[in-house]
Amino acid sequence: MSTPVHAPNPQLAVIPPEAAAKASLLRRVLRNPLALGSLLFLAVIIVSAVAAPLLAPHNPNTADISAVLSSPDSGHLLGTDGAGRDVLSRLLFGAQFSLAGALLALVTSIVIGVTGGLLAGYYGKWIDTASTWVISMLMALPAIIVLLAARAVVGPSLWASMLIFGVMLSPAFFRLVYASVSAVRNELYVDAARVSGLSDTRIIGIHILTVVRAPIVVQSAIVGGVALAVQSGLEFLGLGDINVPTWGQMLSDGFTNLYTAPLLIIWPALAIGLTLISLTLLANSLRDELERSNAPRRRRRKQPAEQPAVVGEEVMRHDDGGLAGEAVLRIENLSVGYETGDGGTKRVVHDVSLTVARGEVHGLVGESGSGKTQTAWSALRLLPEGGRITGGSIFFHGDDLAALNEKDMEKIRGSRIAYIPQEPMSNLDPSFTIGSQLVEPMRICLRMSKKEATTRALALLARVGIPNPERTFAAYPHQVSGGMAQRVLIAGAISCNPDLLIADEPTTALDVTVQAEVLDLLRDLQSEFRMAVILVTHNFGVVADLCDRVSVMRLGRIVETGPTRSIFAYPRHPYTRELLGAILGETSPRGPLATFDAGPSASPSRKGALR
Amino acid sequence: MNQPLLDIQNVTVEYPAKGFRAKPFRALSNVSLDVRAGECVGLVGESGSGKTTLGRAVLGLAPVTEGKVLFRGQDIAHAGRSERRELATDIQVVFQDPYTSLNPSRTVEQILAEPLTVRKVPRSESSKRIKALFEMVRLPADSGNRLPREFSGGQRQRIAIARALALKPELIVCDEPVSALDLSTQARVLELFKDIQEQTHVAYLFVSHDLEVVRHISHRVAVMYRGDIVEFGDGDQVTSAPRHPYTQRLFFAAPVADPEAQAQRREERHRLLAEQTA
Repeated sequence: MSTPVHAPNPQLAVIPPEAAAKASLLRRVLRNPLALGSLLFLAVIIVSAVAAPLLAPHNPNTADISAVLSSPDSGHLLGTDGAGRDVLSRLLFGAQFSLAGALLALVTSIVIGVTGGLLAGYYGKWIDTASTWVISMLMALPAIIVLLAARAVVGPSLWASMLIFGVMLSPAFFRLVYASVSAVRNELYVDAARVSGLSDTRIIGIHILTVVRAPIVVQSAIVGGVALAVQSGLEFLGLGDINVPTWGQMLSDGFTNLYTAPLLIIWPALAIGLTLISLTLLANSLRDELERSNAPRRRRRKQPAEQPAVVGEEVMRHDDGGLAGEAVLRIENLSVGYETGDGGTKRVVHDVSLTVARGEVHGLVGESGSGKTQTAWSALRLLPEGGRITGGSIFFHGDDLAALNEKDMEKIRGSRIAYIPQEPMSNLDPSFTIGSQLVEPMRICLRMSKKEATTRALALLARVGIPNPERTFAAYPHQVSGGMAQRVLIAGAISCNPDLLIADEPTTALDVTVQAEVLDLLRDLQSEFRMAVILVTHNFGVVADLCDRVSVMRLGRIVETGPTRSIFAYPRHPYTRELLGAILGETSPRGPLATFDAGPSASPSRKGALR
Repeated sequence: MNQPLLDIQNVTVEYPAKGFRAKPFRALSNVSLDVRAGECVGLVGESGSGKTTLGRAVLGLAPVTEGKVLFRGQDIAHAGRSERRELATDIQVVFQDPYTSLNPSRTVEQILAEPLTVRKVPRSESSKRIKALFEMVRLPADSGNRLPREFSGGQRQRIAIARALALKPELIVCDEPVSALDLSTQARVLELFKDIQEQTHVAYLFVSHDLEVVRHISHRVAVMYRGDIVEFGDGDQVTSAPRHPYTQRLFFAAPVADPEAQAQRREERHRLLAEQTA
């Protein structure tokens, strides 16, 4: 019972190496050369900023009037500026103050933005309304003008202006955190945590902060860069504190002496530029690594994910005295494979053969991962990205669909082979009316005029049992129920008089009473149009209701095939027997609760028995 | 003496509608239902019938605007946050979707330890409890340090059941716990639910859209239709000889996995529909 052999989806049962799944972000970033380079550069800058008092040969603010604008020599390695101050010392101390200023802005915006985003996203209601209002107002304010006004009021202070700029930047974090938190808030595992009795702080700490942690790191690198750039701009304009050396100020000084000492502008420009580039590159590679970790599938597929081999097993065929009519579709030894990340192919359908005659409903039944849908999609030649027919043929009225070019296939698909999907809603385009989605295909495949097509569409809608065809014709998909949408898709499928209808779990998404109606409709239409039908389903009740023949699929192979009655009455393959045995309809009901173990008197022993 | 464990009395749930002075959306109107200790009450209905809302109202996840939800005689319909946290030892939940009900970034052990840590259960005892839980839901004993995504749907649902059982609750609200599972897995998980109930005498409020699932597991069955309970009674009677016209429609609409019997049921359904519309 507990063995993972019965895992319905073989892909899920494959266990990736624990270490790879959990490889820390830091380690992966370090393996990225671009990120490593940026990190190293930033580390050098930070170390020299912190160690500036030790490294700097002179006081950054000591002006030596005798040595104004001197060129680099042994006393001043990078020369002196317009006031005779040592450029190297100013560069080192400038790093200290510039970075500290940017950090102040960053921390301020993180504290405000993240807390606000968490609270607003998690609690919603008035906190949400109020903070969204405040944040929108902040975003509407032009930051530079606010900073200029603030300088006029509080005077030239690097710290004050960076604090204010931090507040101005907080929407960047607020919106990021708010969006992720609102997405997670309604996840079932958060509900489950609430039911488990976790306090809100704990839920936020465990389940919510982990989701936003990584994006915050990425955003920090970007916002830090922005803060540094704007700060340098302000200082360059001469709005900073003269006594605090920053890169921006050096830039301004270099600009003033551009013609006499052009080297002066190079150093701060290089420092600012390279730091900004490093921050941006770091943010980019962090984001790349994060996104890669969200798609572990590629890595997982490299594992030998072949299913347990059922190689060479005979298909159990029930004798039925041959087909009732001419074969519309004949699939012979079909194999379907998906490309894997390492260039190999993973096969999901093996050696499947089946024949569907005119006027016959052939059921493909199996559990998830059995390849039933893949087989159906192959007949439409609509396999998802990466999937292809790796072997065998699909004969449709004598043409091999597996070998047909895309252009010829387009002529067949939709007009001679029609399709009914599982999810009716996602198969209707929400931005067009139902009518236009029915008329358009008919104009193309039946070459009808718009008027003829409209008349036919209305007749079809009436035929599939839609009570008010005109209203549904003019409606948009979101205005009708799921059952109605499925009827619309059925109307569309039969609109071009197809020879073959492929229905992929057509009633699975519907309520049981609606399912019964749709099954009735399919049965009527099928006998009226004498279509061949392939019905993909996991529900044996649906098979019993509609199918003439059935093929039971397991792990990409047909294990048993034959007339429906014969399969239900005499299942031969152990897997078919297992599936039929799992149907609950056969079992007896549970009956009423025996009264003696009810009531509160049983409680103490119950608690004891548990331990 | 014979007080039910859970007694839902005339409960109405309304969600505020968007827009100024818009009429609120009424998901449940005046619903009454009771669950006895150790009993499984099935709640069956179609989408939008309010069956999930009723389960969520018991868990405090849906706003009860009128009526009472009595748990051991105490009204919990409007329990505050701290009272709810206390109730966590008594009322638990298993959700439908085993893929989103487990935090993908936490290991199975962390997930199971979570409710225990909150209750300040010592580490040694909590790991012992988790081992016992693995055995109870028949998961391999070494599942602890793996992530949910390494398990199949059925196994994930077992993890969710283990989490619900961690605090030895008296009632578990099961919200479509087998609907997302394959046929054979579904049968096995249902057996597990039954076995656990027989071992621990926990009560279930078992929400499902599938009459057969409910029939298989429930002692008593309630049928919901448009926010209302239309039939409530002995499981066998409700699921094999329904009295209410809607339950009858539901009963005959579910296809039987036997071509002959299904042909017959189809006939009966058409006759019934003709009668009901007449």
